[in-house]
Amino acid sequence: MKTSASALLDPPAEDVLMTMPKKMKDHAAKHAEATGTHPEAARRQKAQGKRLARERITAILDRDSFHEYDLFVEHKCSDFGMEKKQLRGDGVITGTGTILGHPVAIFAQDFTVAGGSLGLAHARKITKIMDHAIKMGIPLIGINDSGGARIQEGVNSLAGYGEIFYRNTLASGVIPQISIILGPCAGGAVYSPALTDFVFVVDKISKMFITGPEVIKTVLGEEISMEDLGGARVQAELSGNAHFYAHSEAECFEQVKRLVTYIPWNNRKKAEPVNAIPSRTEISLEAIIPAEASKPYDVRDVLKAVCDGSDFLEVQALWAANIVVGFARLDGRTVGIVANQPKVLAGVLDVDSSGKAARFIRFCDAFSIPLVTFVDLPGYLPGVDQEHAGVIRHGAKLLYAYSEATVPKITVILRKAYGGGYIAMCSRHLGADFVFAWPCAEIAVMGPEGAANIIFKGEIAAAADPEAFRKEKVREYTEKFASPYVAAANGHVDAVISPHQTRDFLLHALEISEGKSELRPARKHGVPPF
Amino acid sequence: MTPAQKPIRQTLTLHDTVYETSFTKKFANRKPYAPKDPKRLTAVIPGLILQVLVAPGETVRPGQSLLILEAMKMQNHISSHDAATVKALHAAPGDMVMKGQLLVEFE
Repeated sequence: MKTSASALLDPPAEDVLMTMPKKMKDHAAKHAEATGTHPEAARRQKAQGKRLARERITAILDRDSFHEYDLFVEHKCSDFGMEKKQLRGDGVITGTGTILGHPVAIFAQDFTVAGGSLGLAHARKITKIMDHAIKMGIPLIGINDSGGARIQEGVNSLAGYGEIFYRNTLASGVIPQISIILGPCAGGAVYSPALTDFVFVVDKISKMFITGPEVIKTVLGEEISMEDLGGARVQAELSGNAHFYAHSEAECFEQVKRLVTYIPWNNRKKAEPVNAIPSRTEISLEAIIPAEASKPYDVRDVLKAVCDGSDFLEVQALWAANIVVGFARLDGRTVGIVANQPKVLAGVLDVDSSGKAARFIRFCDAFSIPLVTFVDLPGYLPGVDQEHAGVIRHGAKLLYAYSEATVPKITVILRKAYGGGYIAMCSRHLGADFVFAWPCAEIAVMGPEGAANIIFKGEIAAAADPEAFRKEKVREYTEKFASPYVAAANGHVDAVISPHQTRDFLLHALEISEGKSELRPARKHGVPPF
Repeated sequence: MTPAQKPIRQTLTLHDTVYETSFTKKFANRKPYAPKDPKRLTAVIPGLILQVLVAPGETVRPGQSLLILEAMKMQNHISSHDAATVKALHAAPGDMVMKGQLLVEFE
């Protein structure tokens, strides 16, 4: 049948007038249905102390800034009765918005829809928003709350996970990636957060593991609760999988917002500066550090005395607490801080603390955040468990990360800097741009006691009064070597400064280093001791 | 702060210097090293004993299969490290064994 061209171009005018309002109404109904929640599922979610996915997005983002995409995406699965099942948004909400004015891409898995299970359509919504984030150069925030793979979809569900992991890896070092675990995140699903830069967990809500308590019981006969196996506390304190621990979702979202203000949008930008605030002048640095090298103190007090507004956002505060890492500002600009913590394990380097610091240093280097290192350590932790756990290989990560970093690197030696620990903690020899030392610094191969005992072993044993002779030799060694001046005489330390001059020296060094550029030989990538 | 978090003043001796500090949970809970006893063969993985291939008094050569332990859906041959004589067997077919459980004693 032939239709005349004019009939196609000019439909009756009254039909259009009828259709537009109807279409609008129809869209409103569709939108309301797609953004709704099954009342019973919502009740169950709330009963566990969890917020709904949409509420979470609203709570993190600036008011009215969320723009949702792919609301009407549907799955294509037609097995096991899935063809009859319509899943709202396929169990995940994706979009973009702002956090305190910083643009972000965000996705939130919706546990109220098929347990937040991940099928191919669900995964493709996530990979699409990830691709956007990478192209636009904006941070990616993922909220994980999912029962796992959508088993009905079989290998397509696994394909979905793989496509997410692949993009997590491609995005690494290009845009900051943040994972918030607000429910179960089990099996293969854990590897997306593990590939991202920062993992946030909430007490009693987050659960992460490769194999759950049920499987462990059947296969191994070991009984353990979900909380003890992979709860928030475990991930934040024992495994080191999580970076930030909170007691509630609200507290967690505040931590996320705070972090976003410290980091840049992508690796081509620098973190947005804020107005500089002086540090709290009433804190006396001279009073914080005990004169005796064997007495502990909290190195975070030093950071408070030095940094803008005495503000410090600690990363992985509960795990490997013998090293402190986190973000602060100097003159309004973000810096990454690495500091030995004498309060815990005397501030030694070990398997965990080396890995923790190395990862943080690599984040800072990837995102143009200058590194400020505060040194006070007796060396590496001795122990069979350490050696057998591979402290050689793990310790090497720290040397690698510092040597590899080309951002401005500034080191302040507060008190002890002994042996291999001295070298590892961003010494001049690993490419520090500026090394400052306080007058109480002791830079030597080892502590005076140990050194004197080794050097004068024979003489001590042969002396008439071995203990008196030993003490005399310890004093001699202390005077000669346990100071910053031998290192300064060799140019390994640029300046010996009074504690109260620290902030001034750091601000100036950062200003001088603003345009630092360092070229390295071309290579595909290095081979760090992972 | 939970009680577990409360800093306890402890001391750590490094290079003859006694440092006042506090321990991490991991450090405090670490197990002291005990050398492996070559006369005792223990399960490296928990599982089900399917078969015992040797008897007490029998002399075994290095690499010889002693028993079959089913774990992780795999029938694992547990073999002897050195040449030795079996003194006693502590596992029988059908036993569920835990990790570290004694299976075979050698003379």
